[in-house]
Amino acid sequence: MRVNGADHPAPVDPRRLLSDHLRHDLGLTGTHVGCEHGVCGCCTVLFDGAPARSCLMLAVQAEGHEVTTIEGLTEDGAPLHPVQQAFHECHALQCGFCTPGFVMSVVGLLAQHPEPTAQQIEEGISGNLCRCTGYASIRRAVTRASELSRG
Amino acid sequence: MTTRWFGARVQRIEDDRLLRGHGRYTDDIDEGALESVLVRTPYAHARIRSIDVTAARAFPDVVAVYTAEDLPFGNKDLPILIPHPNLTHGRTQRCLASEVVRYAGEAVAFVVAENRHVAEDAAELVEVDYEELPVVITPEAAARADRLVHDDVPGNVAAEMIQEVGDVKTALARAPKRKQLRFRFERGAAAPMEGRAVWARWSTAERKLTVYDSTQSPTSIRGGLAVLFGLPESSVEVIAPDVGGGFGPKIMLFYPDELLVPFAAMRLGRPVKWTEDRQEHFTAVNQERGQVHDVEVGYDAEGKVLALSVDFIHDAGAYTPYGIILPIITAAQVPGPYLVPNYRVRFRDVYTNATPTSPYRGAGRPHACFVMERTLDAIAAELRLDRAEVRRRNLIQPDQFPYDLGVAWQDGNTVVYDSGNYPALLEKALANLGPRPAGDHVGMGLGLYVEGTGVGPYEGAHVQVLVSGKVVAATGIPSQGQSHATVWAQVVADQLGVDVSDVEVTGGDTRRFPWGVGTFASRGAVIAGNAMAIAAGMVADKAKRIAADHLEADPADLELTGGQVRVKGSPDRGMPLGAVAVLANPVRYAFGGGTEAATQFAGNARPGPPLQEGEQPGLEATGYFSPPGSTWASGCHAAYVRVDPETFRIDFLKYVVVHDCGRVINPMVVEGQIEGGVAQGIGGAFYERLAYDESGQLRNASFMEFLMPYATEVPPIEIDHIETPSPLNPLGVKGAGEAGVIPVGAVIASAIEEALGIPITEMPLSPLKLYELSRPS
Repeated sequence: MRVNGADHPAPVDPRRLLSDHLRHDLGLTGTHVGCEHGVCGCCTVLFDGAPARSCLMLAVQAEGHEVTTIEGLTEDGAPLHPVQQAFHECHALQCGFCTPGFVMSVVGLLAQHPEPTAQQIEEGISGNLCRCTGYASIRRAVTRASELSRG
Repeated sequence: MTTRWFGARVQRIEDDRLLRGHGRYTDDIDEGALESVLVRTPYAHARIRSIDVTAARAFPDVVAVYTAEDLPFGNKDLPILIPHPNLTHGRTQRCLASEVVRYAGEAVAFVVAENRHVAEDAAELVEVDYEELPVVITPEAAARADRLVHDDVPGNVAAEMIQEVGDVKTALARAPKRKQLRFRFERGAAAPMEGRAVWARWSTAERKLTVYDSTQSPTSIRGGLAVLFGLPESSVEVIAPDVGGGFGPKIMLFYPDELLVPFAAMRLGRPVKWTEDRQEHFTAVNQERGQVHDVEVGYDAEGKVLALSVDFIHDAGAYTPYGIILPIITAAQVPGPYLVPNYRVRFRDVYTNATPTSPYRGAGRPHACFVMERTLDAIAAELRLDRAEVRRRNLIQPDQFPYDLGVAWQDGNTVVYDSGNYPALLEKALANLGPRPAGDHVGMGLGLYVEGTGVGPYEGAHVQVLVSGKVVAATGIPSQGQSHATVWAQVVADQLGVDVSDVEVTGGDTRRFPWGVGTFASRGAVIAGNAMAIAAGMVADKAKRIAADHLEADPADLELTGGQVRVKGSPDRGMPLGAVAVLANPVRYAFGGGTEAATQFAGNARPGPPLQEGEQPGLEATGYFSPPGSTWASGCHAAYVRVDPETFRIDFLKYVVVHDCGRVINPMVVEGQIEGGVAQGIGGAFYERLAYDESGQLRNASFMEFLMPYATEVPPIEIDHIETPSPLNPLGVKGAGEAGVIPVGAVIASAIEEALGIPITEMPLSPLKLYELSRPS
């Protein structure tokens, strides 16, 4: 499978979840595991460009597919991706645990709707739980990310 | 001191790392660790006849399986963290149960294996023979005491406490009007997005134990492990790395894994790791909020409260490791911002066969606020008075501070409100709420609260200016998202006259700062924040003393600004703070970074020994802050809520908050705390309910069925502040962490009661509950 643009060998253990494979075999610990039953959205990655729950998928299912994790959005030392930058500016994260999942969901949302309406924003982030922020700042961050993305 | 950073909306220093996926949470740490699983009982109350671990031990790649008999501390009860004279029948569990289990989820065995899959599989092979015992699950059933949770605790009562201010019996008898009310809260869960996790490594060569723990109190974990394993504290390092939300239950210690993982690491000589799954988080992590309150209030025709008697039961769950802090807080916080001239409160802390309780954001206060606010609403309804007017007539006035309530507080003192302006909160909230929106089934809700914050005993901080001019600062308490790295940097940067980006903060790492208490009770900004200011102020003074010699000036004429120590009014007569750091450490051997300026032949600015008497090397200082009493934040929430009369869904048309946490270090951070708190309050009031059945099984132990709000359920919140600085600390701050949660239940209940015309006396609600309450009986 391709992860963040690089090819990786197939996982050895057929019952390894994609989330565990990313975290514990590839060391990409930015993808977090909050519930392991597909509700919280912390483990969201881009699967062939679309947001997907990596805890609901076996790693072997990703063979031949393109996976992007939070670490793949921008190079180390390079400026933040517009969605990351917007989350920073809008104080859209506190403990940071749900944040990679939210950021990946919003990247997917903006790919589909570059200028999302309020309702599209609500729907676009309604698959991710945050226990810290109360979401208002995340809604603002989506709007800001849309502005930054369009320059 | 300039105040350039204090009060500014400084964007967060910790964000960059977290946004790039470079956060480091406990489960991210691996380093070849063995992985482990706890075997937990499925029964809420049972006697253990036998435990057979033979098959599990024989399973390939299993490294160890431990039961109580394998542990040197297996026969010891875990500590009661906060003993209290009224806790006459305190009981705690053992690390691993071997005789009786008293809640579903209590740990029985611990399996360590080469990886998690093997550990899970082997855990299935542990055979435990249970004899089921009768279960006590509701607080009312516990108080009836037909069945006992602990054979040796009569009546299931762990503690009873009665407090009285004034003469309630006489005042009630004389009151023109009286009312009796009952209010019931069910259990809820904090449910941080990161569950709990522990990683430990023992170095035989160094005789050193290193533990990573998603705890709110690494310093206390260190102290406990040192005692348990007979090690000096200097041989135990405990680090709370990034923690993915705490909200209270991570202040509890010791959960069994917090002892078992270090024990196994020492015994096996390899790193060991344990990471909770979400289901066990629901049953094995402490919960809160189950209480039943019987209220009698006496009042006059104007709606003024003359006497209040509250008798409540707190559902402690199966054990009382955290003492009776929760009911003490409720008892202290019922009167809130109101004058209650005669107040009597009695509580009984009762055992049930449910998960133990300890503070969850709000900690006894949402219930206390609900009791008082619902009582005032009932008075208003009876007298056909405006709800705001009844509150206005009962509020403590701004000239009455300090205001001594005369009841016990959780810090060992009595409750004394330090400062506040409650009428201003109310009027501002009403003004910001504005006129009632048009439409049917719309209700207005209103609630005021006070919050005891910033409890002692103390915190400390270490601040050091490096020879590069950068500043490092450390405190014992960890962050679970509260932006400590930014707000401490603001406090330190002001004292030292440096840019906020030049201050690097570490919290919750005993290697950097070994002493302290923990992150709880909205105390971080108050206690650790002031410790930071004190330590940085000591560094600033030292910088002036050292620079004064070299600038040939009086220290009193110097100021710290722009990364320089300089003579006031003479910007050209100064030196960089980094250069002062060099001079603060007289050296024999230069090691770069300008240190040649501090060697023995570099010339001496003053006569006498290179290190002056009474001085210590390094431009650094350690300071502590220990408050004389708690700071009392306050606020008012008001909302318009529409209830759909068909589906009983609720829709927030407007939600306003006016908040007073004294001087605000960073408004952006405080607003984030409040927005998040209100969201958690909405969840707790209308969606989240821990549904225990009669056999003590939690029927909704997943995010599929325990419904936490998504963005679709949380409205925008309009926030406004007033500032009544606390006189109890140099920064004038009060805590803000829990404020958002406290009155939400009361506000929603008030609004729904008006919208539907049905009495609301319980929490949490739900569409189904409203449907049931609305049906003609």
